Amino acid sequence: MPDTIKSIAIIGATSAIAEHCARLWVKDSAVNLVLVGRNLAKTEKVAADLRVRSPQSTIRSLAGDFVDPLAIRQLVANITSEGSPDIVLIAHGSLPDQIQCQQDLSANHEALAINGVSPVLFAEAFISPMQQANHGTLAIIGSVAGDRGRKSNYVYGAAKGLVTRYAQGLQHRLAKTQVKVVLVKPGPTDTPMTAQLKQQGGKLANVEDVAQAIVKGIGQGKPVVYTPAKWALIMMAIRHLPRMLFNKLDI
Amino acid sequence: MAAISSWGRLGRWEHEVQALTGQEHIIRQLKNGRPGIAHGMGRSYGDVCLNPNGILWDTTKLDHFIRFDENTGRLHCEAGVLLRDIQRLFIPRGWILPVTPGTQLITVGGAIANDVHGKNHHVSGSFGDHIRQLTLIRSDSPPISCGPGLEPDWFAATVGGFGLTGIITEAEIQLRRVPGPWLATETLPYNSLAEFFSLADASETGWEHTVSWLDCLHSKSVRGLFMRGNPTPLALSHRPSSRKLAMPFVPPVSLVNPLSLPVLNTGYFHLKKRDSGQRFVHYEAFFYPLDNLLDWNRMYGPKGFFQYQSVVPRPVGFDAVQAMLKEIAKSGEGSFLAVLKTFGDRKPVGMMSFPQPGVTLALDFPNQGQRTHKLFGKLDAIVREAGGRIYLAKDARMPRDLFIAGYPRLSEFLQYRDPGMSSALSRRLIGE
Repeated sequence: MPDTIKSIAIIGATSAIAEHCARLWVKDSAVNLVLVGRNLAKTEKVAADLRVRSPQSTIRSLAGDFVDPLAIRQLVANITSEGSPDIVLIAHGSLPDQIQCQQDLSANHEALAINGVSPVLFAEAFISPMQQANHGTLAIIGSVAGDRGRKSNYVYGAAKGLVTRYAQGLQHRLAKTQVKVVLVKPGPTDTPMTAQLKQQGGKLANVEDVAQAIVKGIGQGKPVVYTPAKWALIMMAIRHLPRMLFNKLDI
Repeated sequence: MAAISSWGRLGRWEHEVQALTGQEHIIRQLKNGRPGIAHGMGRSYGDVCLNPNGILWDTTKLDHFIRFDENTGRLHCEAGVLLRDIQRLFIPRGWILPVTPGTQLITVGGAIANDVHGKNHHVSGSFGDHIRQLTLIRSDSPPISCGPGLEPDWFAATVGGFGLTGIITEAEIQLRRVPGPWLATETLPYNSLAEFFSLADASETGWEHTVSWLDCLHSKSVRGLFMRGNPTPLALSHRPSSRKLAMPFVPPVSLVNPLSLPVLNTGYFHLKKRDSGQRFVHYEAFFYPLDNLLDWNRMYGPKGFFQYQSVVPRPVGFDAVQAMLKEIAKSGEGSFLAVLKTFGDRKPVGMMSFPQPGVTLALDFPNQGQRTHKLFGKLDAIVREAGGRIYLAKDARMPRDLFIAGYPRLSEFLQYRDPGMSSALSRRLIGE
């Protein structure tokens, strides 16, 4: 048992996966939680829910710009001003329409920025105070889509690939410290973000199970968490498939 | 499009499923034109939650708590919150849902729209009795807030209104104080219908929860087990196992069939009879015995099953129940999960609420096509004659005249209907 209350910051707190992680964190003990979203009303709704679940926790919600580097720096400085958090979860993202991104470069740019550049800037901004404190776990949500580019979603995949490389770099940089970096790669999960996939008949993982695996992985400081776990095997096969075969797949 | 079935698994139909995420989003969705119906966990048995080839509004993402007052026990939440999540969060804090049905894997919105009841109807009424306020989003007007003391007509139409008055998005529920998660229970075997009624009457005072399981195949006489319980402050340390069993596949034929049923029922009777007497039982095991057997509805095989739940007024209750049991025994179609319970003498909250003073009998039948429908025809005649009604949350087949006879406030109710709401059940029984 920790003798002090754990402090946790969640970026993209209105994402369904992040929200379910937060529900698990407040379930067993009081925590000091900062929720950050792009829309204050939506973030406040998540905060209100968590306050009912855990009246003994301190829960603060903030809204901020997720694209502008200066705004990100300032937001993180605000959060870390009273100390570097024990856990940081960077969870935001939005599933773009691949075809639209091929035709409209602004949509493409926006998808790359919000799913790739924005999360790594948040990670970079948080990691300095964490390194200074020589303490804490930073988790960042990538995706199985980042493991190999595929025609059906390589814009999203490329952004998540950036997240993957960045997390690897941070892990390498912090290997000799007490700071842990956890890269989470969820498979397709049943959240509002994937409503379209579900409509097309896709089989999606339960968001509560995914959150459970993430919270556990963060607790253990695992470098990479595939969730559901079967995706580690599936993606290993996909990564190693010879190009001749891979190019024949309609995925 | 996605293939969706209800709990009875009588078929799978293509639906356009739209997940609802917040008030503005819902208002936008409803303006988009085509009619649909709100769909939570899909735990109703028949077609009340279905709209084949049309829109289903998935409410399960509306799962936020909004406010809770520790002093008064008033909980404000979104309508997609599961009863399970309320129970697990608040029972350790000394508050419990005053009414829950036999599964906790349903949404608050579904519980209101079907005005569900539990084992304590004689003490606490139905789910709607404990709703202080709700928010209704309609396709043809601004959102409506209603409750027993605010727009009471809208409230009476919406409680038990099977989703036809709009989409219920939020509710304020009055929870009740509870000393802990355990119940002091007693199980008593009975060997005749008269014995059941005298046990039920004797338990009306002094017992908060009463229910009974019935072996309706036993041809010589009726036999069953009467269960009753009260919350207890006793703090037992061991928690029941949270291990869940699942029915992993759909067997090619129903596992409940004329060959297996006598064995199942006799086995169950003797197994439970052994446990008769007084015991302490955890609330999850007492209230929701089947929730730990995931996908139990699959045991009825690929053709699915019907549940037939009726309520008949008390003065004719004995004769009507006896007549129904006789028909069932004669037909040889039997039911494994037969539940018999008396309802208290209370006025229902909703215009279309199912509970009414009397006795309710719930039966599960594997779908055997014509044979099953023939039996239902005979049961319908008994219910009609007794002045009873069939529970819409369970129904997939009742004839329209029985619906009209059983629900005398129908025309009053229809004034509150939202033209943007339509389900397979509404088209079957109301015509649109």
